[in-house]
Amino acid sequence: MTHDEPIRVLVAKPGLDGHDRGAKVVAAALRDAGMEVVYGGLHKTPEAIVAMAVQEDVDAVGLSVLSGAHMTLFPEVRRRLDEAGANDVLLTGGGIIPVADAEALTEGGVGRLFGPGTSLDELVNYIQVEVARRRAVKTSA
Amino acid sequence: MILVGQTDLATRTADGDVSACARLMTWAERGDARYAELACGFADRLGSAVRIGVTGPPGAGKSTLVDGLVRAWRGADRSVGVVAVDPSSPFTGGALLGDRVRMADLTLDPGVFIRSMATRGEFGGLARATDDVADVLDLAGYDVVLLETVGVGQSEVDVARSCDVTLVVLHPGAGDTIQAMKAGLLEAADLYVVNKDDLPGGDALVAQLEEALELRGEGGSRATRPPILRASAAGGEGVVELADQLLATVEGSRADGSLQRRRDQNLSRRVRRLVEGRLLQRAWVDQGLAERLDLAMADGVTLSAHALARTLLDDQGDDEASLLP
Repeated sequence: MTHDEPIRVLVAKPGLDGHDRGAKVVAAALRDAGMEVVYGGLHKTPEAIVAMAVQEDVDAVGLSVLSGAHMTLFPEVRRRLDEAGANDVLLTGGGIIPVADAEALTEGGVGRLFGPGTSLDELVNYIQVEVARRRAVKTSA
Repeated sequence: MILVGQTDLATRTADGDVSACARLMTWAERGDARYAELACGFADRLGSAVRIGVTGPPGAGKSTLVDGLVRAWRGADRSVGVVAVDPSSPFTGGALLGDRVRMADLTLDPGVFIRSMATRGEFGGLARATDDVADVLDLAGYDVVLLETVGVGQSEVDVARSCDVTLVVLHPGAGDTIQAMKAGLLEAADLYVVNKDDLPGGDALVAQLEEALELRGEGGSRATRPPILRASAAGGEGVVELADQLLATVEGSRADGSLQRRRDQNLSRRVRRLVEGRLLQRAWVDQGLAERLDLAMADGVTLSAHALARTLLDDQGDDEASLLP
């Protein structure tokens, strides 16, 4: 039963940049793929993002970061999620993130990060597969 | 072993554990049997929260008003839980839950818990498990529980049967809406607020509303009609007064005994829905009606809808069949 439940995703933008078109396009694509998307809005602190993720009990958090602060923001959100006991929540996202940085973040427990030009199907598919995997682990644990 | 974990989640919720509270809501929303099991155990700890329903047409400013109401109650040192419902797509099942955007500054307040829900195929303005999620907030000790419906038209009035007091939010320019609402939403209100009262048209809206209420002919006297308040939630005007009036209305109904009657009726309705859900499951799935219907369709149907329904129920040895025309 658990695996048929809609995937719940929080989409938000941390930090100072105010360009939310990407986040909105992604939110709409995830919705159209059958997910329940909690839209968190702009200018969110890592603390607020994690508080929302916990209250909404989401499967995944998707952050859009265009400001260049990704090396700070993603690890900070990951750390706070883990502290809140949300270790199993997928943290993913996208923006202007150099490949080397994305790899370093993934090493540190962040999920895949998507750059400009990523197809929405790829993003949707990644979240579906990754959430299904994590739910399976949780159920068998 | 599992039982210990279950007890733990409800106990942790009651002890103020936010993660446990959120997970318990998820169980309720998924119809997880563990939730029903737990809910049987904590029923006697519910009832202290005041449940307030906020409904109205799309664009009336419900979320902004909810944000203002929560602030007003926080100012009076009351903790608040919010359940904000948005529609699921009937085509993909997906949903965009955007109510939090208007309540952004409440996120880090430890006296506030906000949960977004998608309707998941329900058409009454709330989700199937909204009552359960409200129960969880009650269990967690929030003083006020606010249920915000999807933007409604005429007949989505489930919220009136899920709360202690129903607030209908209207806005200037919605005059035609009132005409359309006479039969449904208008009857559901215990209180009206004309929001966005800084815009032109507020007086006209109040007049139209009063006229519609007169035609409703309930009791007749002005005193028994639901009060109409005015506010501008974005500007913060009239919101504290509205917050006070909502709680005063509930206290009034507590004093005259109507609150308990209403809660009893609400409970009775919930039980009916739970039983109906179980009966449908029993008939379609457990007793295989769905499968037999599919088989009949695959064979090429020559019967009318009524005849086929009767056949399915007859095979069941069910007396219901005789009720069919």
